[in-house]
Amino acid sequence: MALDSIFGIHGAALVARSRRAEVLAANLANADTPNYKARDVDFAALMRGQLGESDAGLVKTDARHLDLGDSRFFGAEVLYREPSQPSLDGNTVDTQTEQAEFVKNAMQYQASLRFLNQRIQGLRSAIRGE
Amino acid sequence: MSLFKVMDIAGSALSAQSLRLNTTASNMANADSVSSSIATTYRARHPVFVTMMDDLMSFEGESAGAGVEVRGVIESQAPVRSIYRPEHPMADENGYIHMPNVNMVEEMANMMSASRSYQMNVEIANASKQLVLSTLQLGV
Repeated sequence: MALDSIFGIHGAALVARSRRAEVLAANLANADTPNYKARDVDFAALMRGQLGESDAGLVKTDARHLDLGDSRFFGAEVLYREPSQPSLDGNTVDTQTEQAEFVKNAMQYQASLRFLNQRIQGLRSAIRGE
Repeated sequence: MSLFKVMDIAGSALSAQSLRLNTTASNMANADSVSSSIATTYRARHPVFVTMMDDLMSFEGESAGAGVEVRGVIESQAPVRSIYRPEHPMADENGYIHMPNVNMVEEMANMMSASRSYQMNVEIANASKQLVLSTLQLGV
């Protein structure tokens, strides 16, 4: 019985959530930085990267093609958010949206934690034979 | 672990915003500081925020989040206010005193924005602290 099969997808989800939290925190930290563009990751792609099923991404078929290697983040591409109310200083961070996304992400992280905890408790009661 | 990185990012924003609050406080405190020459008159100071680009560039496999830093503090180039008041002890030989170019309305707006941003980043740091603590409690 491998640990991975006990915890299922939740371990990977936890890591992916914490990485997304980082991107969202960066958006909030740069809410007053001129020319900063709000970013986010495609969670499904991040999850696939965590599970080792990374997207192939862009393939170079010619030596003169530009290297895009550093635009990927744990197998997921970091994308730019569509600005809803861009400001004159070139900043596209919408604080309310980002804060809501951050809270949502944190709650989903806690949900994953809850799932893991319940698995551990289940195992523990099985081991003790209670 | 990424959640510690969230703390770093929120922390960088806290120090940047507190510097912004600091310059605002300095500008408001000196709004009425009189001087007898244009060169020595206090000028409004404003911080310049930039994203920590070196973090941003190396996000492959490491981090996609970048904090904020203060590149420098610039002085406002708006003209200082010169007022004709010959009886003033600080008046120059032509009878003018020079007042700083601080715009109080602008400074108040800046102060509100900085303190709201500061509060928001404290919330972010707190939220990530909670997440780290509950992760440490996993299975207990």
